Amino acid sequence: MATLDAPRIVSSRAEFEDSYTLARYLETGGYEGLRKTLTMFPEAVAAEVDAASLLGRGGAGFPAGRKWSMLRKSPVSYLVVNGDESEPATFKDHFLVERDPHQLVEGVIIAAYALQVAQAFIYIRGEFALGLERVQQAVNDAYAHGALGSKIFDSDFSLDIVVHPGAGAYICGEETALIEGLEGKRGFPRIKPPFFPAVTGLYGEPTVVNNVETMSNLPWIITNGGAAFAALGVGKSTGTRLFALAGRVKNPGVYEVEMVKNTFRDIIYDPRLGGGITDDRALKAFIPGGVSAPWFGPDMLDLALGQDEVGAQGSMLGSGSIVVLDETSCPVRAAWRITKFFSRESCGQCTPCREGSGWIERAMYRLEHGGGREEDLALVLDLCDNIAPGLGWPPQQTTICVLGSSIPSSVHSAIQMFRDDFIAHVELGRCPHD
Amino acid sequence: MTDVIKTTVTLNVNGRPIEVKPGELLIEACEQAGDYIPRFCYHPRMEPVGMCRMCLVEVDGPRGATLQPACYIHVTDGMNVTTNSEKVKKAQDGVLEFLLANHPLDCPVCDKGGECPLQDQTLTHGSGETRFIEEKRHFVKPIEIGKLVLLDRERCIQCARCTRFSDEVAGDTEIAFSGRGDLIEVAPSPTKPFDSVFSGNTVQICPVGALTAKPYRFSARPWDLEQVESTCTTCAVGCRVAVQSSGNRLTRILGVDSDPVNHGWLCDKGRFSLDSIDGNEESRDLLSAATRISQPLLRENGVLKEVTWDEALEAAASILRNAAQSSDGVGAVGGASLTNEGAFAWERLVRGVLGSEHLDAQFGDGLDPVVLQALPKATIDEAAAAKTIVTLTGDLREELPVLFLRLRENIVRQNSALIEFGFGPSALRSLARVSLAIRPGEAHLAARALCDGSDAPKGAIFTNEELEEARQHIGDSGEGVVFVVGRANLAEDSSVLEEAIRRFAERYPNATFLVALRRANVMGALDMGLAPRLRPGRGVDVAASGRDTLDQLAALRDGEQKALLVLGGCLIGNVADAPAARAALEKADVIAVTGHGGATLAYASVVLPAAVQHERRGTVTNIEGRVSAVTPKIVAPGSAWPDVAIAAELAELLGQSIGLTSVEQAAKAIEETTGYPALSVMNDELHDGVVVGRADASSLRHALDPMAFPGIRSTEAVGIASYTGSTTTVLAHSSGVTKGASLSDLTSSPEIEVGIADAYSLTLYASRRLYDRGIAMQGSPALQPLIPSSALALHHVDLDRLGVESGTVVKVTGARGSILLPVVLDEHVARGSAGIFVGTLNSSGENPLDVLFDPEHLISQVRLETR
Ligand SMILES: Cc1cc2nc3c(=O)[nH]c(=O)nc-3n(C[C@H](O)[C@H](O)[C@H](O)COP(=O)(O)O)c2cc1C
Ligand code: SF4
Ligand code: SF4
Ligand code: SF4
Ligand code: FES
Repeated sequence: MATLDAPRIVSSRAEFEDSYTLARYLETGGYEGLRKTLTMFPEAVAAEVDAASLLGRGGAGFPAGRKWSMLRKSPVSYLVVNGDESEPATFKDHFLVERDPHQLVEGVIIAAYALQVAQAFIYIRGEFALGLERVQQAVNDAYAHGALGSKIFDSDFSLDIVVHPGAGAYICGEETALIEGLEGKRGFPRIKPPFFPAVTGLYGEPTVVNNVETMSNLPWIITNGGAAFAALGVGKSTGTRLFALAGRVKNPGVYEVEMVKNTFRDIIYDPRLGGGITDDRALKAFIPGGVSAPWFGPDMLDLALGQDEVGAQGSMLGSGSIVVLDETSCPVRAAWRITKFFSRESCGQCTPCREGSGWIERAMYRLEHGGGREEDLALVLDLCDNIAPGLGWPPQQTTICVLGSSIPSSVHSAIQMFRDDFIAHVELGRCPHD
Repeated sequence: MTDVIKTTVTLNVNGRPIEVKPGELLIEACEQAGDYIPRFCYHPRMEPVGMCRMCLVEVDGPRGATLQPACYIHVTDGMNVTTNSEKVKKAQDGVLEFLLANHPLDCPVCDKGGECPLQDQTLTHGSGETRFIEEKRHFVKPIEIGKLVLLDRERCIQCARCTRFSDEVAGDTEIAFSGRGDLIEVAPSPTKPFDSVFSGNTVQICPVGALTAKPYRFSARPWDLEQVESTCTTCAVGCRVAVQSSGNRLTRILGVDSDPVNHGWLCDKGRFSLDSIDGNEESRDLLSAATRISQPLLRENGVLKEVTWDEALEAAASILRNAAQSSDGVGAVGGASLTNEGAFAWERLVRGVLGSEHLDAQFGDGLDPVVLQALPKATIDEAAAAKTIVTLTGDLREELPVLFLRLRENIVRQNSALIEFGFGPSALRSLARVSLAIRPGEAHLAARALCDGSDAPKGAIFTNEELEEARQHIGDSGEGVVFVVGRANLAEDSSVLEEAIRRFAERYPNATFLVALRRANVMGALDMGLAPRLRPGRGVDVAASGRDTLDQLAALRDGEQKALLVLGGCLIGNVADAPAARAALEKADVIAVTGHGGATLAYASVVLPAAVQHERRGTVTNIEGRVSAVTPKIVAPGSAWPDVAIAAELAELLGQSIGLTSVEQAAKAIEETTGYPALSVMNDELHDGVVVGRADASSLRHALDPMAFPGIRSTEAVGIASYTGSTTTVLAHSSGVTKGASLSDLTSSPEIEVGIADAYSLTLYASRRLYDRGIAMQGSPALQPLIPSSALALHHVDLDRLGVESGTVVKVTGARGSILLPVVLDEHVARGSAGIFVGTLNSSGENPLDVLFDPEHLISQVRLETR
């Protein structure tokens, strides 16, 4: 049974129809964190976030407090909030921007105060029409309410927020591509080094990029203290986290659960959460952290939902998406579809990513749809090895960004775990699950 | 405390310590150590992008050795690099295999086949077999992305060399990537075709056959081509080129990377006008630039007929003999299209044999030659590196294209301050710190205000603040400042510009000047004495006096001068006042020495066919005074001769000798009698020419990486073998200046009065365009269609005042009549002025300058009427 006694930190207003309005937000403690923030020294606010040990929720899980402390000292710097969430089966930020936009805006103002930046950008996936509308409305309302603009709540702190829509490319979620996009250019990731955003970011100035969920935790952390947040979870993985549960489960959806105290089994099977596999079939495999993550089999169901716990087993919690495959799901098709996604979404700069993803996708297509050869398995794995040498975890890189090195994860997992399914495809000349 | 500035860093490459300059890119450092790292996207003349991933090597870091792009990493002290491990090899092989996966099997029919970096690296690194059995990516085979360039997207390897060149070097945004994944493609802008005057460079640096040039496409296979290195003489920048031919047919010109001059870039006119040299074989019209003159011609009964050299020379000699009987009866104009040796020979004939001081290599569109020679000169490198650049000249992209690239690069990269004075369009405008808008006829007033520290003159359209800001950037003495000056307006008397230049030079003694003379070897011709008061070896005799081109035309019209030698180039096509020139030539005995037809031949009694560029040997001098060699690649058609031979034979017939029997001997004589570099330059393949009087500006020609400069044969042959990594060898020319002019030689002219424009008129400016009606354009089937027709450019305030829109045809009235021209909006045009391009025609075939030029005044004014 899942441990669900922790407070809901970012999804507390989900029950309210009007959760996105300023009125509801104010009624439920909204902007109190900000008022408290403005009475603190910026350093103290940052220290609180550091004490919370808040890990970034955008994928890489880098501690937010540490990231902030790395910001190069400069007269101009920016805060950029990443709401581009364009990965298949990942929809937790989608939930936050639509259901609690004021919580996001308040978080952004708190972070901006801690960082002492005067200009922040919230970059939201262009297809989130309702989310964009609601965040823009929340920003407008916040200005009207005195929570944004010059002299926020009569303090000496001023901030402007620009809401910027994305333009339909997954790669624009990668922080340096996002920055290029904000500058009005094509979303090509920049090379790190030297283009670490905290050093040389937007318009060449130091920039902090944080995820929507990372920001949404801040009002609670400031109101309740970093220690209260750190008391939740275990070890490095503190607080709660939103998971987007998808695939063959009875209750797909977004769930906030305390970290480490719960396992994959809890989130997939607890009747208050995933409720078990569709039609009570057997679980075949699950993807623990989005399409870039290596897969797990049923033997990993009791693994705790914690960053290091999952990392030690060779995968990641990544983008916060858990996808369940049951005994009737075709792993070849799943891996092919994921590769196809990467192949379409590769920005096209790096040869291994651009050409490798296309080649592997075509080979996987043949394997799934007929025309596959047994030697294709070795070929595909060798192509994967040429993209991420050694095929280890975390992957080694031959490319500019980690989209490239993410391509092998699903293909490698599928071939390793389900070689028999591949052979069945080759022998049958088509997908046995059709 | 003193900081110790490290001049080298030491890194370990494959366990071997190497010492290199700090900040160097790893790919370059490894190459110096003898480790050549394979590459595609890297190009030494552009910022690295690290995209192709071909250059991955292992670099030790906090997380162990990781694969890093050597083209993107700067060396640091103690860096540990492995370039030869199994891991590196597998990664590089992997990238190459990926690049070939979608690459079509076009090699046998591809222009790049035989000189293709992808082909070459596949041969040295690739595996023999393909593991790729999928359907390759398909695109429609070549699409036209510009008037001269085709793109085959199937062949593209997405290296971004072309897009980077356009964006970073040329400042054009007409091509960019679109799409994602393996369907990413280079695409022209949907609104603006790729009609950059630099488009050919993208073809040259494309590491595969994705970009091809229409004029060269399918015309030859690389292994059939022979090559010489030479200097482009299409304009006065003097870009170094590789000239290639198949047999006696010129097939291609590529840009050679010369450090001090062109960095490997060319403009499309220099690159693609080579077909004008063959001329159009069909063309018989002697008045057309498309006709090559290959036989001597003599006018008999009003018609030019082919004759023998003996007959033609005898006829020419007798004209000269007769005319020379009266003092001042004979003179010569032209010479900018000659080599220095040709110019030297003609100078000896005209001054030495005919005793005439009336000779002028400028066609009235240049500057007082003594002013020009007296100015302290800057090299292109110095102009490009200047802290402040002041321009008072025409649009450099149109006039001296590769100089524009060099200046632009440094303004962008080093953030030098650009101050522009001008009334017309300028491709540098958007980069200018201060743009002082002036009207035609106001340059000297603006210069006076700047130099005197006074307010902007009454009625000026620039402000005191702008003036003051300009002063701040120029500083007190002009230290570190380069003035780029040239004739922006042929409808304005040169005295306006000359007065402005004089003021600059006097006020800012530490500033230097780059004179933007545009025509081919005009600097060399002047240095060889082809102008009144000048003497070979950049000498000046201030006491002498002679007629310049405009004075000679007047003297011919008045009957004071009888005969005129026209040395190359079409006089009629080049002077601002063509009707006056025609009237003068009507009355004269004209001897034309030329390789091409042209309007001037209508007046010629004798035509002597001369070899033109790429057919002759010698030296030329570019705008900065750099002497470099020109080398023939093909044999001149018919019985055309080199100029030295023509001048020498004529001298013999006139009963004297100029003492020259070959080009080599002329070069030797130049060097021996004046110290001006000539023969030594012709025989020197190790340097990028020699700057006259500037032993310090010598630079070694460096080796070219065939991956960066595909197609150039001499990449390894020249340079690499003798390259020692130092630039200490300097040729012996310390001066090369016989008796130089100095500013104190200049008698300051009386204040000029331009006269105030009346409120109903606009002041005309006539500026130069790259795509004009000169020989290189008109004679070239490839380029001829790009010549635009005339229009009148106006500021929006003037358009509004007249109540017309862009595109409306208006009646424009000037000194000699009226002409119909469409108006176009151009925000760069100063209010109150109206611009036309020299060498364009309106839809009825009329040349607007013929009608609108006012010979009576220092400026020309026009009035507009809507119909
Ligand atoms: C291909 C790619 C796509 C990404 N997409 C997103 C995204 O949609 N949202 C997001 O927050 N981070 C995304 N990231 C991660 C960001 O680069 C960055 O690490 C993150 O926004 C930092 O925020 P955090 O520290 O709060 O987690 C993506 C990374 C890659 C390589
Ligand atoms: S790895 Fe792929 S997505 Fe990332 S920069 Fe390279 S080509 Fe683009
Ligand atoms: S067209 Fe040529 S230069 Fe341009 S990106 Fe493709 S391969 Fe590179
Ligand atoms: S800039 Fe001048 S010298 Fe250079 S290629 Fe063009 S025409 Fe030739
Ligand atoms: S990535 Fe270095 S040469 Fe292309």
